[in-house]
Amino acid sequence: MEDKLRTFLKDLFGEKILSEYTHRGQLSFYIQPQALREIAVALKNDSDLKFDFLTDITVVDHQGQAWEKDGRFEMVYIFLSLKNTFQFMLRAKLPENAATMPTLSKDWACANWLEREVWDLMGIKFEGHPELTKILTVDELVGHPLRKDFGITYEMPQFSHNSDEIEVVPDNPHH
Amino acid sequence: MNTQAEHKPSSVEFSDVVEHDGGRKTMTLNMGPQHPSTHGVLRLVLELDGETVVSCEPVIGYLHTGIEKSLESKLYYKALPMTDRMDYMSPMSNNLGFCLAIEKLLDIEEAIPARAKWIRVLMAELTRINSHLVWLGTHAIDLGAMSMFLYAFRDREAILDIYEIVSGQRMMSSYFRVGGLMDDVPKSFHKSVRRILTELPKRIDEYEDLLTNNRIWQMRTIGVAKISAENAINGGLTGSSLRGSGVKYDVRKAFPYSDYDKFDFKVPVGEHGDVFSRYQVRMYEMRESLKIVQQALDGLPEGPIRAHVPGVVLPPKPDVLSKMESLIYHFKIITDGFKVPRGSVYVPIESGKGEIGFFIDSDGTNVPNRVRVRPPSFVNLSALPSMVEGSLVSDVVAAIGSLDIVLGEIDR
Amino acid sequence: MGLEEKIPEGIALTTVDTMVNWARKRSIWPLGFGLACCAIEMMSTFASRFDVSRFGMEVMRSSPRQADLIIVSGRVTQKMAPVLRKLYEQMPDPKWVISMGACASCGGVFNNYAIIQGVDRVVPVDIYMPGCPPRPEQLIDGILKLHAKIEKESLRSKPKSTVTRAQSTDATSKKAEA
Repeated sequence: MEDKLRTFLKDLFGEKILSEYTHRGQLSFYIQPQALREIAVALKNDSDLKFDFLTDITVVDHQGQAWEKDGRFEMVYIFLSLKNTFQFMLRAKLPENAATMPTLSKDWACANWLEREVWDLMGIKFEGHPELTKILTVDELVGHPLRKDFGITYEMPQFSHNSDEIEVVPDNPHH
Repeated sequence: MNTQAEHKPSSVEFSDVVEHDGGRKTMTLNMGPQHPSTHGVLRLVLELDGETVVSCEPVIGYLHTGIEKSLESKLYYKALPMTDRMDYMSPMSNNLGFCLAIEKLLDIEEAIPARAKWIRVLMAELTRINSHLVWLGTHAIDLGAMSMFLYAFRDREAILDIYEIVSGQRMMSSYFRVGGLMDDVPKSFHKSVRRILTELPKRIDEYEDLLTNNRIWQMRTIGVAKISAENAINGGLTGSSLRGSGVKYDVRKAFPYSDYDKFDFKVPVGEHGDVFSRYQVRMYEMRESLKIVQQALDGLPEGPIRAHVPGVVLPPKPDVLSKMESLIYHFKIITDGFKVPRGSVYVPIESGKGEIGFFIDSDGTNVPNRVRVRPPSFVNLSALPSMVEGSLVSDVVAAIGSLDIVLGEIDR
Repeated sequence: MGLEEKIPEGIALTTVDTMVNWARKRSIWPLGFGLACCAIEMMSTFASRFDVSRFGMEVMRSSPRQADLIIVSGRVTQKMAPVLRKLYEQMPDPKWVISMGACASCGGVFNNYAIIQGVDRVVPVDIYMPGCPPRPEQLIDGILKLHAKIEKESLRSKPKSTVTRAQSTDATSKKAEA
């Protein structure tokens, strides 16, 4: 299965597949960010491979690490083929100034909310997403809390200790 | 950092009555976040044409706890109790997923003793029953069957008693540890589990008598909130909600972990993908879980309950008190934690709610760089609008119940 | 005493406060409001084994307008806090608040950007309850402590909602005062 997937990707997408990474027996391919959608759709529609299940979309922030220069954010897409019972990941490194990915929400219904969550918590934009808005955090919160430069105890709407640090929004609804 | 202007607020602005072209009027109804049948603090904004749901928009985040952020600031073993508090109906499943992911990163899966694995399976299956009993009680009370709630919670207490005798806590047990278990099971464990094994099958029969052929139950569930197999796969549904639509995918069978391949059990699938099919699947699953518990208890191997990996897994307590080396390792692990080699893995397990997966990225230090939880309830809930649009407003309650969501896990 | 001997049988003398408090404490209607893990223990308390109806409290109300007691069962997030405050304001006086569990009382293990470090920043609390989550017995004990507290209340004291401690949490008004 691994070989079949490898040849499929190499034959069809060539230089868009940047490298391969296996850790603890789990296979991943680093790809060019903008090529994600065509690769994912091709894998989904191939009748033999049939990676029709998008398990998860997530992102890792590498700020402050030695390997940050390769790209601060690392997108991870986990695909599953129910037919072959095989799981693998597509990964893409994104620099901070171009943190944008093509959306998968038109091809997988579950990608809609997963991408909204990534945008809300990590601030990665998804081109073509129908409604890229906050999903989990409170509306008054500015920034993306899962980023490494966001303090862990920083309360955005003022309820407690750091209320002096935050500029008071005049029409604050918490009255 | 982005500016405020880039943040479009998620809260939905609505007026009570909207007039469409051609004179058709629809009403917008807000349901939640404080509503008895939304299973927590879920909020739904429903657009209604009479009794019919035109559109449904879930608004979540009312329980957003920042658990993923908090996990990044804790040593690996100190982060474990936080996972209990995500899906608080099945704490042991969350513990199991987190431990398995760290064990995979450390590459010590082979070192886990068989006894630890089997007790993990046993407790994980009791957890599944626990989760399903809460689902049954709350789902039935939403549809008007008050007594089911009391029955289901009565049976659940027996499982919580087992949690308590093994870990000392009724709900947030944190019983599984990286490399094995907190402690071995006490003497009264076998007797308590046997009592459940003899009592619960009879009780499940009783519940099926009460519900399965009950006309009111059938009218409220059959043909309601249907989702086809194709849409369920496209929507990323997992667990009983996916199997209710006839897709046979169970992580325990597909990617066996913790010796699940040594147990004999069936994976039930439904036919119609409606609320009733999902109900049948879960009832059947409880019986299958009891079968696994039976096998695990009968064949429980003897031996140690923690792997022998110095510097990572705590040594046995008698050794700590008698051997210098063990004492040093104990001290070092408790104060400094353990380092995990650089790399990232994704480890899924089958919890009561569906596929819960832990994606952990390590940068080589003793705290995780990123812990991502793939929340089954979150993905299952995102399929709710497609299920209820076009149906009656009272069916929304049935649909939410049948998805078996828990807001602690959706919002994390 | 002299007076009791003179009044006919079947009549007892008491103060209005005692009588009202006796009635109030034995028919508290809690709001059916669950937040997180503690809500499950709260449900257990209301279910078969622990059965809180022994204390006249099983009538869970889904509407805040019919409730006397709000049990804040679980972590209060920044998104939920305004909702909680609104629910509290919709309840008629007299009303009481139980802060159930470590998260509601002080933020618990979640000292981060999302969780309010104690629900007393949003509503005034009568009973704080430790535990993560507290056992049902603990919740029952808290309820009994609330009963004892109600017994000591007086009708002449001000209605509760005007003496909230929560006003101090509002940073805007704090700044305005300063």
